[in-house]
Amino acid sequence: MPEEINIETFNADPITEDVSDVAPQAAPGTAPQAAPQTQPKDAVETQQDLSAEIKAIGDAYAAALKTGKAPEIQPRLDYAPYRSSILRHPTKSLHHADPETIELYSPAFGHQDVHALESDLTIQHNGEPQGERIIVAGRVLDGDGRPVAGQLVEIWQANSSGRYIHKRDQHPAPLDPNFTGVGRCITGADGSYSFTTIKPGAYPWKNHLNAWRPAHIHFSLFGQEFTQRIVTQMYFPGDQLFPLDPIYQSIVDQDARDRLVASYDHDLTQPEWALGYKWDIVLTGSKRTWTENEAFGAEGDEE
Amino acid sequence: MSSTTKLTPTPGQTVGPFYGYALPYEKDRELLAPGSPGSIRLQGTVYDGAGHPIPDAILEIWQPDSEGNIVHRTGSLVRDGYTFTGFGRSSVGNSGMYTFTTVNPGPTKPGAAAFISVAVFARGLMNRLFTRVYLPENAEALAADPLLSSLDPERRSTLIASRDADGGLTWDIRLQGEGETVFLDFEGASVEGAAVGGAAQ
Repeated sequence: MPEEINIETFNADPITEDVSDVAPQAAPGTAPQAAPQTQPKDAVETQQDLSAEIKAIGDAYAAALKTGKAPEIQPRLDYAPYRSSILRHPTKSLHHADPETIELYSPAFGHQDVHALESDLTIQHNGEPQGERIIVAGRVLDGDGRPVAGQLVEIWQANSSGRYIHKRDQHPAPLDPNFTGVGRCITGADGSYSFTTIKPGAYPWKNHLNAWRPAHIHFSLFGQEFTQRIVTQMYFPGDQLFPLDPIYQSIVDQDARDRLVASYDHDLTQPEWALGYKWDIVLTGSKRTWTENEAFGAEGDEE
Repeated sequence: MSSTTKLTPTPGQTVGPFYGYALPYEKDRELLAPGSPGSIRLQGTVYDGAGHPIPDAILEIWQPDSEGNIVHRTGSLVRDGYTFTGFGRSSVGNSGMYTFTTVNPGPTKPGAAAFISVAVFARGLMNRLFTRVYLPENAEALAADPLLSSLDPERRSTLIASRDADGGLTWDIRLQGEGETVFLDFEGASVEGAAVGGAAQ
């Protein structure tokens, strides 16, 4: 059973706000009641500046694709429009390694770890949270199309007004006493997961002046091998903020970006209750089986 | 890559700044109770390219037990105090420091170098990074290790912990710059990350 959220405990957490290159406007602990400043004095970079950078990188990528370059399927670690990445990306190439022993297995999670009710983010408090109730469901598969069964999925998100329960989120939008925004589940035998939650709002951040993140839900996933571990973000279809967002755009390939966008699914929608969004997640292929298959030839790929 | 039925993986994204109320959990960094027989502290600091500690990173470790067995036991999120599950998670503090209480991993094969698998997440880090931390003692095993022996000595040293006077391990992570930690790509040559998106931009 999810524990009642203790705001004081969260406020003791040392993690800083997403300040990026801009100093916070208010000291920590200052009540965010004052009207937001529309022109932070020290924020000189505008959306126009950032959009130009994003476009230049996108154009260069499109040109490279035309010359036969393979499509990129992951975000770039070095993506300057997200200012906080500048000092936080390796400058050396990732070193290719064949996974060994422990890396070919995954931690085991089960119903000792996760209560069934943790997948419903709308029942963690005494009342109903504000906002649009939604169901987000899909399957977790590996790169060979096999279901990832019995594994841990964790999510976290802002509330319907775009506010996180976090001390350094100073967005002057209301907290919701009936919504924490944290959920977990264990995937079913077919790799399925399902969360009931509230549609998160867009929220402003300080990467540049007038920067807004498209509405998203953070997802954390484990596969059957530790090499398959990912943390990512799920988005909602048709968001007008996609072209403007350096985090979404850090994936320079449109097809790859599309893999992070859920689709509205009326079959998932429940009458007079909640709208349904479907999002399947694909982890990388199995390295353990892969090796055996390689040894036996292509036939080894048969399920 | 012989099959045509492969699915393309879903891209990763940064963990962002606000995981602090979601990913940490009680005893997340205690693979066994501090002070219990055989327990050691694994600690270190995560640095950015300017040499500053990163205050908003979170690490995961996954390792064999002290005998080199890869365990398949649930209970990492709700620890019973007795079961070693091999998995732990530690967010760093304001000073960029993480801490785990764990055991020295055993070699998974006789004569193999013992290591802990590590995943690194941070605000500003676009995708998680994998790396390894090796025990410093068995020089022969380290020299024969396939990964370590493929690295030049300076880079190799970023993956080897130092032994503390109290028996613990200290191992720092540098995301960028001098002494940059070796991060691993298990997927093959060049699709992911810095190799593609690096200096050419």
